[in-house]
Amino acid sequence: MPEVAGTAAREEILRRIRDARVPAAAPVVRGYHREGPGGVELFAERVADYRAVVRVVTDVPEALSSLRGKDVVAPDDVPDEWLVDGVGWLREPLSIGELDRADGVLTGCAVAIADTGTIVLDGGVAQGRRALTLLPDYHVCVVRADQIAGSVPEALARLQPTRPLTFISGPSATSDIELNRVEGVHGPRVLEVLIVT
Amino acid sequence: MARNPVTWLGSPTFPKAARVALNDTQLRQNLRKATGTIRGRRAAAVAEMDDWEQLRVAGEQVKDDVLARLDTLLVQLEESVTARGGTVHWARDAEEANRIVLDLCRAENATEVVKVKSMATAEIGLNEALEAGGVHAVETDLAELIVQLGDDRPSHILVPAIHRNRAEIREIFQRRMGVEVSDEPADLAEAARTYLREKFLTTKVAISGANFAVADSGSIVVLESEGNGRMCLTLPDTLITVMGIEKLVPTWQDLEVFLQLLPRSSTAERMNPYTSVWTGVTPGDGPQRFHLVLIDNGRTATLQDSVGRQALRCIRCSACLNVCPVYERTGGQSYGSVYPGPIGAILTPQLVGDMHDPQAASLPFASSLCGACFEVCPVRIDIPSVLTHLRAEVVEAKGRTAESVAMAAAAWVFGSASRYEKAQKAGALARFLARDGRITSLPWPGSKWTSSRDVPAPPAQSFRAWWKENRCQK
Ligand code: SF4
Repeated sequence: MPEVAGTAAREEILRRIRDARVPAAAPVVRGYHREGPGGVELFAERVADYRAVVRVVTDVPEALSSLRGKDVVAPDDVPDEWLVDGVGWLREPLSIGELDRADGVLTGCAVAIADTGTIVLDGGVAQGRRALTLLPDYHVCVVRADQIAGSVPEALARLQPTRPLTFISGPSATSDIELNRVEGVHGPRVLEVLIVT
Repeated sequence: MARNPVTWLGSPTFPKAARVALNDTQLRQNLRKATGTIRGRRAAAVAEMDDWEQLRVAGEQVKDDVLARLDTLLVQLEESVTARGGTVHWARDAEEANRIVLDLCRAENATEVVKVKSMATAEIGLNEALEAGGVHAVETDLAELIVQLGDDRPSHILVPAIHRNRAEIREIFQRRMGVEVSDEPADLAEAARTYLREKFLTTKVAISGANFAVADSGSIVVLESEGNGRMCLTLPDTLITVMGIEKLVPTWQDLEVFLQLLPRSSTAERMNPYTSVWTGVTPGDGPQRFHLVLIDNGRTATLQDSVGRQALRCIRCSACLNVCPVYERTGGQSYGSVYPGPIGAILTPQLVGDMHDPQAASLPFASSLCGACFEVCPVRIDIPSVLTHLRAEVVEAKGRTAESVAMAAAAWVFGSASRYEKAQKAGALARFLARDGRITSLPWPGSKWTSSRDVPAPPAQSFRAWWKENRCQK
């Protein structure tokens, strides 16, 4: 029987590793903080540090009136009341070209991290597939106060690693030219975060 | 020939290349400005964390655990990725890895692929291998694109075009993209956006590296800023990820340590703009074919060395480059390798695995042993110790006994009158270390000699000093 492709390489690499006889390591000491203070205020401050637009709101539909006159992508399962009048709502299935031509996208999120000012999308309710928040130039993300975790460890504990995850901290940016920060290279140029209290 | 292309073919040894770089004032200016800026920012980002030391220790320990259980963890990763619809490939060396990737591209009939910046693919010379096989790889990270369009070589792990200023970048873009553009960073970024957009939307195969792979869940993690990574990881039908076998963390929870250590150490941010995590394939979302190529390429040989193996803890943050006084003056290209700076000085020779290669063997000497690299390293790699350890190996590889090491040092001293005189002054000092007219311990490399015998103490005044004093002025 022919050898399964790559089996020899696999076996040899594993054998070399075993031959190295690396001694067992000491148990990991997790002396760092696993919890952070959290809170809407800290999260809002840290998101704003990335030059994202941040608004603390109580009424989402009212806050979304700023989208009037635009063509905005909305995942299938956003709450009905978010679909305010006066906006050209684009719904799935959408082609890559249609996504690219849209003015913006509106989503919710899975978790947010106060310490770092990060929002995390996992493809769950009101988030859609990854391409939706990537191609339009403007991303409005609704974060409920109870979705804000204090620290990175707390956030990871709330997430399911097998889902496709995207951690977003501010708009797309580059610092490759003389370390000057420039927003909006390939991802959305503007990130707007609506924190609902 | 060395067993892999970690080093650039035909590169001069470090001292030769460094001498050329030191004469390039533009290069030194670009570098001093960039490393100085990022040093300050990193320090501020780290100062914000009162548990930074504990995170570093945890980072070190998690990675040491990975190295101790690498075989089981790799098999576990393979199982989790396969269970989620991915395919895992194993490559012993660069050639094998390049062949696997080329075959995968050919199976998709791809003549052009988009690439996320990746050290592993640079290490194995993937772009060149693909090109030779008729597949053009487009770098999509802005700095990598600048390097690629400039027919240049990278000079930094994180910012490969750190040695270029805006005027130089503008010139490269105008020449290669055929556009008029100012030298404003925002305009230059916009030009790159337009240039790459069409490629992202139409290319069917993407190639990436990995910052981390989580053994228990099979998740792969890529950190980036521009969104070019997300484009490559999301839009094409097929994704090929190439990673070194040491890039693992055992559990999803362990990632909490590195997602805190890496951004602050590398870009001095609390968190980088985008982090993508994917596990195998997800129906209806992102690439529907996923291949993971695990490469050894000198890593298992490095694992054999009880002192040198800690280099495999490296998470490629580049903090050690930015604090290194040698790197700041010579630039990354002098190291003649995709891994420059302090980490390059210890990783490159080990991956090459041939201390008879003069270029690789010169790298452990590309340091002043000031220790700044160890202080900033988020996984506490004791770079100075590994450097001295490798220096001894270089000397041994020259086929010399411990004694001839000291003799080689002596030959260097005797080779120049001024060095000889300086050494004699130091020698007079050495007398005070001597008991009963014998010296029983000398600092390295003299220690190689005195460990087996005593040295007669030098006389109180050297002959040359005596001659100068008594005979020089008539
Ligand atoms: S050796 Fe340490 S400081 Fe240098 S790149 Fe690797 S992890 Fe960062």
